[in-house]
Amino acid sequence: MKPRFVMAIDQGTTSTRAILFDHGGQLVAVSQLEHHQYFPKPGWLEHDPAEIWRNVEKVARRVLADVGARAEDIAAVGIANQRETIVLWDRRTGKPVRRAIVWQDTRTDALVDELQHAPGAGQITELTGLPLSSYFSAPKVRWMLEETPGLRERAERGEVLFGTMESWLIWNLTGGVHVTDVTNASRTLLMNIRSLKWDPQLLEFFGIPEAILPQIRSSLETYGTGRGVLEGVPIAAALGDQQAALFGQTCFAAGEGKCTYGTGSFLLLNTGTELVASTHGLLTTVAYQVAGQPAHYALEGSIAITGSLVQWFRDGLGLIGSAAEIETLARTVEDNGGCYIVPAFYGLFAPHWRPEARGIIAGLTSYITKGHLARAVLESTGWQTREVLDAMNADSSLRLRALKVDGGMTSDNLLMQFVADVLDVPVVRPMVAETVSLGAGYAAGLAVGYWSDLEGLRRNWHLAAQWQPAMDPARREAEYRNWTYAVELTLDWTSKTGAQ
Amino acid sequence: MPGSIQSIERAAAILELLAAAPVPLRVSEIGSAVQLPRATAHGILRTMLDVGWIEQDRVSGKYLIGEGRFAPGGRQVDPNELRARSMNWADPLAARSGEAVRVAVPEGPAARVIHYVFRPDHSTQKADVGALLPGHASALGKVLLAFRPSAGQALTDQALTPYTSRTLTTRSRLTSELAQVRRQGWAVEQGERQMDLAALAAPLTGLGGLVVGAVGIHGAVDRICDPNGVPRPRLLALVQECSRAIGRELHTPRTQA
Ligand SMILES: Nc1ncnc2c1ncn2[C@@H]1O[C@H](COP(=O)(O)OP(=O)(O)OP(=O)(O)O)[C@@H](O)[C@H]1O
Repeated sequence: MKPRFVMAIDQGTTSTRAILFDHGGQLVAVSQLEHHQYFPKPGWLEHDPAEIWRNVEKVARRVLADVGARAEDIAAVGIANQRETIVLWDRRTGKPVRRAIVWQDTRTDALVDELQHAPGAGQITELTGLPLSSYFSAPKVRWMLEETPGLRERAERGEVLFGTMESWLIWNLTGGVHVTDVTNASRTLLMNIRSLKWDPQLLEFFGIPEAILPQIRSSLETYGTGRGVLEGVPIAAALGDQQAALFGQTCFAAGEGKCTYGTGSFLLLNTGTELVASTHGLLTTVAYQVAGQPAHYALEGSIAITGSLVQWFRDGLGLIGSAAEIETLARTVEDNGGCYIVPAFYGLFAPHWRPEARGIIAGLTSYITKGHLARAVLESTGWQTREVLDAMNADSSLRLRALKVDGGMTSDNLLMQFVADVLDVPVVRPMVAETVSLGAGYAAGLAVGYWSDLEGLRRNWHLAAQWQPAMDPARREAEYRNWTYAVELTLDWTSKTGAQ
Repeated sequence: MPGSIQSIERAAAILELLAAAPVPLRVSEIGSAVQLPRATAHGILRTMLDVGWIEQDRVSGKYLIGEGRFAPGGRQVDPNELRARSMNWADPLAARSGEAVRVAVPEGPAARVIHYVFRPDHSTQKADVGALLPGHASALGKVLLAFRPSAGQALTDQALTPYTSRTLTTRSRLTSELAQVRRQGWAVEQGERQMDLAALAAPLTGLGGLVVGAVGIHGAVDRICDPNGVPRPRLLALVQECSRAIGRELHTPRTQA
């Protein structure tokens, strides 16, 4: 009997899901479980890797039960995971040495400040495509090795293994295969972005023993076969979540890009097999790699505050009862009334990188109502996308012909129209909203021949909605200028006022 | 004769209390006024909050009477909220049925389209979000009229515009059709607005059983119905499944969205 489905495991920051897709790329069943968020100190965030692994087993079992399927019905399993989060575990017992340090955790800020002044810091971006920041894995690994008594010695003796979340899951799924996929490895600060190998200079810089590292493999290949609930099923793909979304949106070729609009937003542009080093504050990352083929790269621009500004409008200001009501409020007025909100809550990120900036509401007059503010909130997401896209255009000669979108904010028609208007490209939303899982499923299915080629997957991509640019160009430029002035007003706020 | 239902009596007492109170009240104040333990009062207040009878001040946590709830016609669901809650279910309906999907809310005797998902066939299509569909000549509209009887009261024979030879143009025919829709829980439109178009729709039921909108598919008559003009059972089942899924979504409290 031919396998009927592929399974995607989406191991996210708040929950773990198993999803089955059929041959047409349609979602057949989902099972989801949340896991605990541990906040041991301000700025710290941890997950229990053992709990996450148990949840993976549970959701896999449940999703199979939901459709009455067994392991034989599954052609392959693909993993999409929260990126940069680190797990260290004992090679012999398989027990985590302590809880995982999650990507958002800022405990290594001071360590990173120190490292900025260490010899070799200047080459990090050249070697990895990333800025030296506490967001990525290496400083977290260094912290764990230093702050856990006896751990460094054990690591050096080869008794301890390190991995990002997909490594931990593959190790457990297969019963001991220690590998990482190249997209996840590209977020560690330890992999050379050109050679796609662990770089001795980087290991030395961060003080990380080579013995703990997994083997770097492509994103689409069989790493091993499953045991237990997934007995005999090939574990055939792994991708970081944003890369998985890019793949699920079928952005396989250079010049194709997507933006995921959630709490924060992530714009990724496939730059093909050519690596584009950013001079405009973007990250260079691996998009995906098929076994035996050259890797595809991507430029990535992350926007810290988009959906979370809407949440602030709801919870902080109490002007709306639910996120979607912002559109209703915004439609009570014709335009922003000259008002702009720059949500630099924790400084400005890509492409500015100005940590000392703080947010602003500019252009306030007695004419401004909450409707205008609601517009300004939504427009800030549009302008921030425009800034990132402009940076991409400055870094690369590729031109986006349409922006594929996904995420919770895409239910907002006013916002999506505004994004199309200010980018001056069509914005398109696919019919399968679960692009992260779909990407992992596609990758796994391709790796084992469940789908034969990328073109077949493109035919599975269906348009659910589309927004065409309709703004008068003169108005667009005038509004963008105003936004840019507003951004300038936010700079240096903390350095001038001494505020935090 | 059934006896009186205690929790409704208690809710009514709380409602009267809050309606008369000049300022928002704390749980403890409400509890002692209606002589209920704090936990019981809290449970009733949560439910009243979820159905929108009362509101809670975000800062102080105190309770007040829900604004607009008792206006004629009842509180309508925010259309953008309804779209956000429908999106994850409307997409699979389009994918599985192979037809375009619309979600609509009532506006007088008509149906206002608030969400549209393209038919998955790579053709160029136009979404009519914002369009007003005639209540008597569209599947979505008939569902809304059937389950919100007051909306249709103004519809005289003169108001029943004939779009095609199949449009229901008399009050009596419309009334018996709406009764049928209520009985079966779905509506069909067959060439009543446009000769070659058919549509199926089912109600979206919010908290307390109030129909707040409708979801449906539309497409060529011969795809939606069999040669005898009977809606294809598979498509009908998909539309009903989607309406139930969105209904469940609407029953999770707003406070979590
Ligand atoms: N209609 C809307 N208009 C504007 N913003 C919205 C709307 N609906 C949701 N949002 C915002 O989108 C965000 C939720 O989107 P989503 O669920 O994709 O986010 P996420 O938490 O980042 O994703 P996930 O939980 O899947 O990792 C919230 O910040 C919310 O404020």
